[in-house]
Amino acid sequence: MRNTWTLTVSRMRLALRNRAFLFFSLVMPIAFFFLFIGVFGRGSRLAVPYMLAPVLALTVMGSFWGLSIQLVMFREQGILRRFRLAPVGPGAMLASSIVSNYILTLPTIVLEFLLARWIFHLDRWGNLWGVWALVTLGTVTFAALGLIVASVTNTMQETQVINNAIWFVFLFLSGATLPLPVLPAFIQRFAVFLPATYLVTGLRRVIVRGATLWQVGPELLALAGGSAVAFFISMQLFRWEPEEKVTGRAKAWAAATIVPFLLLGIWESAHGQLRTDEQAIYDLLEQRATPGNNTR
Amino acid sequence: MSAAIVQVENLTKKYGAVEALRGVSFEVHAGEVFGLLGPNGAGKTTTIETLEGLRTPDSGRVSVCGLDPQRSGTSYKQQIGAVLQSTALPEKLRVSEALKLFASFYSRRRDTTDLLRRFGLEEKRNASYMHLSGGQKQRLALALALVNEPKVVFLDEPTAGLDPQVRREMYDIIEELRRENKTILLTTHYIEEAERLCDRVAIIDQGRVIALGTPRELKQRSAGTTRIEVRLARPENGGALRKLEGVADCRELDGSYVLHSTRVPQTIVALVKHLEAQRNDLASLEISAPSLEDIFLELTGRRLRD
Repeated sequence: MRNTWTLTVSRMRLALRNRAFLFFSLVMPIAFFFLFIGVFGRGSRLAVPYMLAPVLALTVMGSFWGLSIQLVMFREQGILRRFRLAPVGPGAMLASSIVSNYILTLPTIVLEFLLARWIFHLDRWGNLWGVWALVTLGTVTFAALGLIVASVTNTMQETQVINNAIWFVFLFLSGATLPLPVLPAFIQRFAVFLPATYLVTGLRRVIVRGATLWQVGPELLALAGGSAVAFFISMQLFRWEPEEKVTGRAKAWAAATIVPFLLLGIWESAHGQLRTDEQAIYDLLEQRATPGNNTR
Repeated sequence: MSAAIVQVENLTKKYGAVEALRGVSFEVHAGEVFGLLGPNGAGKTTTIETLEGLRTPDSGRVSVCGLDPQRSGTSYKQQIGAVLQSTALPEKLRVSEALKLFASFYSRRRDTTDLLRRFGLEEKRNASYMHLSGGQKQRLALALALVNEPKVVFLDEPTAGLDPQVRREMYDIIEELRRENKTILLTTHYIEEAERLCDRVAIIDQGRVIALGTPRELKQRSAGTTRIEVRLARPENGGALRKLEGVADCRELDGSYVLHSTRVPQTIVALVKHLEAQRNDLASLEISAPSLEDIFLELTGRRLRD
């Protein structure tokens, strides 16, 4: 535990000295913020909290990229080898990268909330405990998913290709960019199998409707299960050495990451309210945006 | 002789079809500096990395401080210090931060300020790793290896790629460690390093230990002979040189001939007469005591850096 903490502090220092990190964790999310809320968030007061949810979700999902690239780089450069000589295990290495990333993501989340209030007159805070819980579990889930990709790829190039493919799915098929109700029905049916969907819809419900933790239970459960499974699998797959081969067993473990989301997606398709709730919030937004009906 | 702190028995390791280790065995005693000397690809790094717990042997037994590096995990790593053939750290990590970070992993740790001073890194304490010179990086690597007061220190080619001045600095540091009675196992392909630093040397070639002893013992294998290296204006058959008076052995090497003579003056006179008769000329002649390089040559027929 002590090793995890000292590594966490060290990683935070290194991240703050890294311009690329500051760009991807602060500048880019804020740019998304102005694009989403400044451009699409007009029309009604409800549009601001409505669009704040995907902005926060994208900030959280950024962990997926940052940590995988860093892990591959550390392995390729032989930095992990040096740590391997010390009494430090994979658990401490992985947990410290997730925790440091989480701590450094929180200020951006707070800043996005404050900017939404000051610049775009956000008219509600929503359920902040719910926001915190979803952001926390979301960060761990997406960070661990990135670490899994890093463990089953051998080079930076390979990692970027796979990351891009997964990122595309998360970004465009989950409601993180376009709202779910405007997407074709088959994409909506597919979306309930994606962790990104649970993060976006969960955040939207706690911010727009002030939903309680109980009400976003399925989303929290999805992300809690996802983060636990993804972290466990990333520990199983961790490789210190660049020349260590990715075994067939490792690939099977990596594929197992989708199991909790598969189960939840099946349950959600049969009994869940996710799509209905998303549609209801979207309808509300549409009504409010209709001219002459723009009142709270 | 003190007890063996490192024991290696019949170590084998294959990488695909390549047999990197073919039954390597040796012991290192507490407080000695032990060298694995051999050319590139001889199996030195595979051996030392097996001892560090970074590689798993196919067969054989390894014990360091009574522990098995493969099975003892973190408790083993508390006991050892190591410098890898090439150390890498995050480029923006500062020198003092690296020392403090690594020190924090161990239950027994040295004062990092003291280490900075000892390795001449005080002025660079706030410098990022990326801004250090090759020598400074290597000194930091060595300081990191000593941060836990290890019982055994592994140094894999500690001076490879360093310029001569920095190399001498490293020699001084290793000699200082020897005076402190640290047990050190180092790999090298530099003869000078093995002769100067090591109490005992195992010469390793193609995955096997082909000779083992103190540098003096090893050189006594060529006891009573002197090395005469001659380069001729026109190459000729080495067989004739072998027959010269006093010559015990003659080998052709990179266009020159290395003669081992038991009676140097007679050999030189005979050589000059022979060249006169052949109307050949001497391009160069060098007389020296046999070195570990000659031992390696005798045993393998190749130079160390071939």
